[in-house]
Amino acid sequence: MLDLDTQPSTSTDLPVEPTGTTAVRRYRGNVPGAVGGLVWLAIVIVPIYFIVVTSFRRQAGFFAGNPLALPTDPTLDNYAAVIQHDFVRYVANSVIVTAAAVAATLAVSLLAAYTVVRGTGRMVRLTFSVFLLGLAIPLHATIIPLYYLITRLRLYDSLLGLILPSVAFAIPVTVLILVNFLRDVPQELFESMRMDGASEWQTLIRLALPLVRPALVTVAIYDGLNAWNGFLFPLILTQSESRRVLPLSLWAFQGEFTVQIPGVLAAVVLSTLPMVVLYVLGRRYLVSGLTAGFSR
Amino acid sequence: MNSTPPPTGTGTARGYRAGPSAWWTLPALAFFVVFALIPLAGVAVLSLMAWDGLSAPHWTGLRNWTRVLADPVTGHAALLSLKIIVLSWLVQTPLSLFLGIFTAGRQRYRNVLAVLYFVPLLFSSAAVAIAFKAILDPNFGISRAVGWSFLSRDWLGDPQLVLATVVFVIAWQFIPFHTLLYQAGVRQIPASLYEASMIDGAGPVQQFRWITLPQLRYTLVTSSTLMVVGSLTYFDVVFVLTGGGPGYSTRLLPLDMYLTGFSANDMGGASVLAAILVVAGLLVAVGFTRFSGFNRMQSQQEGL
Repeated sequence: MLDLDTQPSTSTDLPVEPTGTTAVRRYRGNVPGAVGGLVWLAIVIVPIYFIVVTSFRRQAGFFAGNPLALPTDPTLDNYAAVIQHDFVRYVANSVIVTAAAVAATLAVSLLAAYTVVRGTGRMVRLTFSVFLLGLAIPLHATIIPLYYLITRLRLYDSLLGLILPSVAFAIPVTVLILVNFLRDVPQELFESMRMDGASEWQTLIRLALPLVRPALVTVAIYDGLNAWNGFLFPLILTQSESRRVLPLSLWAFQGEFTVQIPGVLAAVVLSTLPMVVLYVLGRRYLVSGLTAGFSR
Repeated sequence: MNSTPPPTGTGTARGYRAGPSAWWTLPALAFFVVFALIPLAGVAVLSLMAWDGLSAPHWTGLRNWTRVLADPVTGHAALLSLKIIVLSWLVQTPLSLFLGIFTAGRQRYRNVLAVLYFVPLLFSSAAVAIAFKAILDPNFGISRAVGWSFLSRDWLGDPQLVLATVVFVIAWQFIPFHTLLYQAGVRQIPASLYEASMIDGAGPVQQFRWITLPQLRYTLVTSSTLMVVGSLTYFDVVFVLTGGGPGYSTRLLPLDMYLTGFSANDMGGASVLAAILVVAGLLVAVGFTRFSGFNRMQSQQEGL
């Protein structure tokens, strides 16, 4: 028995900050802004709190009592039940698909974006237009021919069959965001690299890559979340249980445990936990990446 | 594969102005052509074929088109999709813009809030939908916690309410991402612009109108395009949350396409619906692009 009177809390214990309502600080205390910010906070936090708290309830105690009160008799049984349901395998599948898709997307998109911004000629313009077109097309509408293509390529029900289309679908957005960032890099920097006799490749690695890093982080997160949370591809392109990724397993789990809501919500929490951990670890980097801006 | 060294600009006849070779776009282009453009062409082809998803497809000409376009379910689904797009944009854009500007501030408490705002983005759509099913349950959901009767409605079972519920759930999930876009956008705005406007005696409202908004133009277009084209493909949230019900009241176009193809085994008819989605997306995006002059290849920060 550990006697640490711990309460189940979400990821990190954040220091409680004095909100702007106390003591008017020197920065013109924007009261309506702060109020709006706090209202949105409640909208975000209350559902999450409900999910977490309910996942520690017993099925018996679930229908009685206040759903927002802390459980009188918290239990980890729901979590145990979920983990026994082959959960680790689903996590592994999701990790493989996400990591491979994001790495490939970033590599090919950075090359393309750099070329769009620095390159000349009709081919480059045309390529960019094609990607812009991809942004305009609701690509998920192509799922039926894609299903046909993947089956014909003998990739049906394989993780590779999930990764390849995920990369293709992520490219337009990724290229666009990187192009937007690279456009704002002063041309003189590129010119001075050229004066120094650097090749395009060196310019890309030594100048563009460090400058574009904030955008890379942002877009990696976006693509990563899309790959991690994708539901339609796995639903249509995979079949066997051993190929299931997390979102699909949640859905299957929910079908099995219809009325066992604490169990279902424990699965929801568990499936989100890897992302929460990553976010807590990478947040510093993410925030500094986003706020780096361009030093001129 | 033998790798040729990338051509440097210095060796070519063009010399000074030549940039990287167009070949550098090839890897991305190859992925995109094979797994996005070819299937895109496939939509057009398959819409002219009868295919049950298992046996070989065979040609039927325009029969799928006449059948699907005459079906009242199609029109209903299209109208619903339009409603969702407009409502989603109207809900998400102002909120994301506000939260983006709010979290761009350097105050400590705003940084803490920014961390918490991000959390919904960590949930998958399936997880969000499953969770909200439990939260919104009229009998043992969140509404029991507070005695407000107006909260304990059948949010997902009442055809009058379910659309608003779907818009809310989608907004709850996606506002964090758009907030992040706007926050990054606001932080890119050079402080010198604000300083100059202060000297000219501009108040916060004028600064927002004449500096923040114009500077965020690209961000606004990017965010809106992602939002609108994204809402054309909202599938997973709705699929898990309502399955298109009650009745047909949340059977949006993408869901209609899925159910037609993979439940009713009518891949030809589903391809017609897919083609409609593609055209709709193109029209929307072309509209946005025209409207914003987005294609101009120049920086907004020139002359600073």
